[in-house]
Amino acid sequence: MTSPTQQALVSLRGVRFAYGEREILRGVDLDVPRGKVVAIMGGSGSGKTTLLRLIGGQLQAGQGSVVVDGQELGGLGREPLYALRRRMGMLFQFGALFTDMSVFDNVAFPMREHTRLDESLIRDLVLLKLDAVGLRGAHGLMPSELSGGMARRVALARSVALDPMLIMYDEPFAGLDPISLGIVGQLIRRLNDALGASSIMVTHDVSESLEIVDYVFFVSDGRIVAQGTPDEIRASKDPFVHQFVHAEADGPVPFHYPAPPIMEALLGEGATGSRRDRRAVQ
Amino acid sequence: MSRTSLDLWVGIFVAIGIAALLFLSMKVGNLSAGSFSRSYSVEAEFDNIGGLKVRAPVKSAGVVVGRVSSINFDTQTYRAVVVLAMNEAFEFPKDTIATILTSGLLGEQYVGLEAGGDAAMLADGDRIRITQSAVVLEKLIGQFLFNKAAE
Amino acid sequence: MNAIAAVLRRIGGGVVDGIWRLGFAARFLGLLLLLSGQSFRRIHLTIREIYFSGVLSLLIILVSGLFVGLVLGLQGYETLQRYGSSEALGVLVALSLTRELGPVVAALLFASRAGSAVTAEIGLMKTTEQLKAMDMMAVNPIARVVAPRFWGGVISMPLLAALFSAMGIFGGWLIGVAFIGVDDGAFWSQMQSAVDFRFDIMNGVIKSVVFGIAVSLIAVFEGYDCTPTAEGVSRAITRTVVSSALAILALDFVLTSFMFRGQS
Repeated sequence: MTSPTQQALVSLRGVRFAYGEREILRGVDLDVPRGKVVAIMGGSGSGKTTLLRLIGGQLQAGQGSVVVDGQELGGLGREPLYALRRRMGMLFQFGALFTDMSVFDNVAFPMREHTRLDESLIRDLVLLKLDAVGLRGAHGLMPSELSGGMARRVALARSVALDPMLIMYDEPFAGLDPISLGIVGQLIRRLNDALGASSIMVTHDVSESLEIVDYVFFVSDGRIVAQGTPDEIRASKDPFVHQFVHAEADGPVPFHYPAPPIMEALLGEGATGSRRDRRAVQ
Repeated sequence: MSRTSLDLWVGIFVAIGIAALLFLSMKVGNLSAGSFSRSYSVEAEFDNIGGLKVRAPVKSAGVVVGRVSSINFDTQTYRAVVVLAMNEAFEFPKDTIATILTSGLLGEQYVGLEAGGDAAMLADGDRIRITQSAVVLEKLIGQFLFNKAAE
Repeated sequence: MNAIAAVLRRIGGGVVDGIWRLGFAARFLGLLLLLSGQSFRRIHLTIREIYFSGVLSLLIILVSGLFVGLVLGLQGYETLQRYGSSEALGVLVALSLTRELGPVVAALLFASRAGSAVTAEIGLMKTTEQLKAMDMMAVNPIARVVAPRFWGGVISMPLLAALFSAMGIFGGWLIGVAFIGVDDGAFWSQMQSAVDFRFDIMNGVIKSVVFGIAVSLIAVFEGYDCTPTAEGVSRAITRTVVSSALAILALDFVLTSFMFRGQS
């Protein structure tokens, strides 16, 4: 990326992370410039959601540094972390709306928890936020009465309730029909520009994301393997990017999970297979 | 569920819960009869207390006037020392006689007090000098047999 | 030989796992108490939970209490009248309820009615990432979600146990005095002379407070600690009911042996 580090809102340097023995991230360098929408793409299990959790402070990097708005997250106590999170918004994969509260109360939740505004002002703000996602009329509904796309938009309104500097999206398009998908995509772009915030989006929906983002990182096997603007990505000759963008089944990301050749497995079965395998064959 | 009706229900719940506690304390546990009223303690030495237990009632003329608060053994005199927590509302002369009695044939044992004629009253920490021990069935039978044999 | 080793390994694994969970639960309790101040400042959160665990358990507690009292009245009368002391029915009913049955049965009912509901609620919030979302909004889920549910249970439990006992005594009175015809005066006076406020009533209340703490802690912990899947939540609910029941009975034995040792 071309922008200098001091301008970046989020910067990761040499980040490694492992769940026990299983290494998820093997040295990631990444910068999110202010005011931009950045997508992190990659196959399932490539470690992109882990990246988002590291930036949100839900996980601690094993090695390397994660800096958000000039603050190193490693070893940060709960209080300063919470202070930082008040300026972050996060949209979870399926919205994660509070099921025991109405749409209105869901959006009002962060305001009531963190501000001392009086109820009439909160009401105006909530209706404004809901209006921005086109659901002002649904403020009295319960989350169980919403469709998947509507729930995602309410969650979006909730994550921008406190006008954050950084908005994170975890698979914002998962499980949406094409229309809702387009709406959510446009909202992400519009809200980012209207709030002057920066956005990080973790997704594997290539075509929709390339329409709205400013910059793309490709993650595979715990590393950044490619990056560039949408135009660069579309024109890329990189075999990995090509496979991903054009949705080919086989390529640098293999179709098969690593295994010995199939003939060996089938023929050698009688000699090496366990007792249970033999019984299954009989 | 609106907030006010929720508050109302919780209020009703807490109120009847406390009412149940009061019912148990007053009507069942008989708290009003002065479990917390002030008491003074009086000691009495017995040769034998039989089956007397801590918390057994102290009665005079059948009325409960106190409770046994502790039972100790005096290693000097080899007698039992019973401490009685007496209700402050009831005063007894210094020469009151304490007896260990049984309610019914097989009932619980209690301390019976018989008022004397002294003008001075028992005060906190005083000792009742005249006591009569519990009737022990084995001793009674033994005495009876001894008398029969003597005849 | 191998089979024995496998069994021993299983036992060892279970013990290590159990101790680890116990330590985790203790840390959880510490954190919960530390953050309770925050949630007490917004008392309405706790009042809401008293509604869900207390008021909604009211019906089952009252009805069960009545039936337990009716049965105690019948069975007690049958036994006592053989010894010609049916007037002692009040004593029998009141002592069994205030000392044992009230706190224990009410706590068992509370665990299966309210405890399981709390576990299901917290477990579901965890499964649908609501707890994580709250944490990302800089709102501590232990202070906002767990602590009010814990205190709601702790406050409700003694009140429910007292209502159970009172209802049971009423049931015993109904059978003994109203139906069978035990003398009303003897029923109450014998009860009052035998039941001691400090030893019987207060000890019963202390028991129900301890059970309330145990059941509420188990319920919130199992919910918070569950595997975030549908199956994990259902297993956590089962565990709440089973371990609450075991904890109640075991604690009852320990408390009883301390409270009534040396008493007749």
